[in-house]
Amino acid sequence: MQRKWIVSLILILAVILSACGGTAEPSASDSTAEEASAPADTGSTADTEESVEEAPSESMGGESNVVIGFTTSQTGNQNVSSVRQVNGLQLWMDEVNAAGGIELSDGTTITFEGVSYDDESNTDRVQELYTRLATEDEADFLISPYSSGLTAAAAVIAEQYGKVMITTGAASDDTYKQGLTTVFQAYTPASRYLTGALDLLQNTDPDVSRLAFVYENSKFSTDVVEAARAYAESLGYEVVLFEGYDPETADFGPFINKIQDSEPDAILGGGHFQDGSTFARQLDEKNVAVKFFTLLVAPPEPDFADLGQAAVGVIGPSQWEPQASFTADSAAEAGMEWFGPNSEEFVTAYEAAYEGEEPSYHSAGGYAAGLILQKAILDADSVDPAAVQAALDAMDLLTFFGHIQFDTSEEAHGLQTGHSMVYIQWQDEDGLVKEVVWPLEGATKELLYPMP
Amino acid sequence: MDLLIPSLIDGLLLGFVYGIAAMGLTLIWGVMNVINLAHGAIMALGMFGVYLIFTFLGIHPYLALVLVAGLGLVLGIVIYFVAVNRVIDAPHLSSLLSTFAVNMIIIGLGTAVFTASPRNVDFSMGSFTAGSVTVLGTRVMAAVLSIAVTGGLYLFLYRSRNGRYVRAVANNRDAAELMGVPSTRILGLSFGIGTMLAAIAGALIATFFPFTILAGGSYELKSFIIGVLGGLGNPVGALLAGLILGGMEGIIPAFLPTTWVPILEFIFFVLILLFRPQGLFGGDKS
Repeated sequence: MQRKWIVSLILILAVILSACGGTAEPSASDSTAEEASAPADTGSTADTEESVEEAPSESMGGESNVVIGFTTSQTGNQNVSSVRQVNGLQLWMDEVNAAGGIELSDGTTITFEGVSYDDESNTDRVQELYTRLATEDEADFLISPYSSGLTAAAAVIAEQYGKVMITTGAASDDTYKQGLTTVFQAYTPASRYLTGALDLLQNTDPDVSRLAFVYENSKFSTDVVEAARAYAESLGYEVVLFEGYDPETADFGPFINKIQDSEPDAILGGGHFQDGSTFARQLDEKNVAVKFFTLLVAPPEPDFADLGQAAVGVIGPSQWEPQASFTADSAAEAGMEWFGPNSEEFVTAYEAAYEGEEPSYHSAGGYAAGLILQKAILDADSVDPAAVQAALDAMDLLTFFGHIQFDTSEEAHGLQTGHSMVYIQWQDEDGLVKEVVWPLEGATKELLYPMP
Repeated sequence: MDLLIPSLIDGLLLGFVYGIAAMGLTLIWGVMNVINLAHGAIMALGMFGVYLIFTFLGIHPYLALVLVAGLGLVLGIVIYFVAVNRVIDAPHLSSLLSTFAVNMIIIGLGTAVFTASPRNVDFSMGSFTAGSVTVLGTRVMAAVLSIAVTGGLYLFLYRSRNGRYVRAVANNRDAAELMGVPSTRILGLSFGIGTMLAAIAGALIATFFPFTILAGGSYELKSFIIGVLGGLGNPVGALLAGLILGGMEGIIPAFLPTTWVPILEFIFFVLILLFRPQGLFGGDKS
């Protein structure tokens, strides 16, 4: 009798150990050939920037290696968009390093090195990995993971260790309302994601009155639809359905039945790529007649076209599109400072680097995050976190990604205030094509309405 | 009213597949008193099986289903002899831990090989619309195949020699041994049939929902409820109970936010355990 209990206990222990052992050391993926491990300064526990400036700190022509830490969702729900984002960031880093790095006024040349890990689209992993990046890997600057949920976890770590973090792929407003000081947002905030879609709808068909919001129960999408509902009600719309679904939902049948029952003219919502695509597919399979259908995140991804006919007519807000017309000239006209490549140059470079892969706005966001950091370092003329922070606070810039300016108030420090969304729609022109349908100043085609 | 009919139909069609999934669990449970905690993981393997065969070999999903069923049977027999046979006479905890360990191994390997990124079987059979109801071809096929499988299982259990052996062993293993039934082999076969049903259910689900290696978890939970509701070891009971649960899942969202579905399902489960633990359709191990 006793022996069996001992055997069972050993079995339990074995299972627990194998489960723990399974989550082995994360495989650090070095983005450049150099090794990430900082030189062993056993003595200095001083400011991190000192460990960056290596031994020969003779000012003239000194070289400095800045470590940028971030995580990628190589697996899990956020995989598709995260990889795009990191591709963009990596392209920026490779271009800067290939050009010899950034030169500061005292002659120091700064090159960048990326250290990253797989966060598995999991918040707990993000916390562990960013702590590791900030402490063991001694990253000088951090870039956020992809998605608001994961970024919220990473931002707290960045603030805790006093690291400047540029967030990209993260639109939720809440992250910036917690009194953070070192975190800066590249994306348009969630509260402004769907407001333009409602403007578009009103502009196209003023008779529409019934709206349905079906959204993912995640931080980001909830923020978006709450703001959108408030705006919709202010415009006089009637919200006939407002319901969230679990991020892991595979069966949208019950929602689609409810939608059919409440007979809305327009459906807005979704969440991220995976659930958004599944929702669009199942909505099409059920032949639901709706005039206007806007989904978050999924439609602007080129992969959305894999849905075939189900994608036609679907609208999506985008942080950036290749057709976007921000150039040095438009900056000069608007009296703004310009920095970086224009959209065409970015698209060409991206396609060349990634075997013809078309960049999505996630890719552009990744690149923009690096670009913003670069400009901040140049403006600050140093890699000192406090100086870089001040430079970011003062930034008022036009880039291929759009206008970049940060909120500097205490309540919402770091929130993006300059950038706004464009809206695309998939149309069938002998094959599926993404057209910009709003704002009218940037539109490439008229909205296809009602949806086929 | 307009909302109820499509919801009910959707729920019932899904209920057939739930029934098959539960049948696998309840058969093993009923025959050898083992709770197969690897049930969900094997369903997920069924999903991946169809996905891989369809995507890389180009074989039609319903033909791939036959292949997946065969593989499920073999896998089950292997799992039985490796992990379950030695602890079959031990206290419940041992066999529970054993199947749990198998579950962790499958999920661990699956995550390492396939990653946690969701997959889709890009297969469509169109849809039929009648009034306010639109039904997917793949869901109807899944329901039809589920009924066919149930029929096949019934025929096996009640009209074939091996089926009789299974029932005999389930009833009283020692007596069956004395009558010349090779009980260990029959237990292996039963476990294999149980996992085969799980794999079939997974394969059918893959034709209309996206999935990951972890997707089997929620279906495993439902299988427990259905197994208890239908009476342990009763395949037809499992199918009917699956329909009841599927119907509930279809109807509840019509009145409440969808997030209430699992809550009500489990309250229902607790109520059954309290008031009719032998299930709705008897509980004798046939």
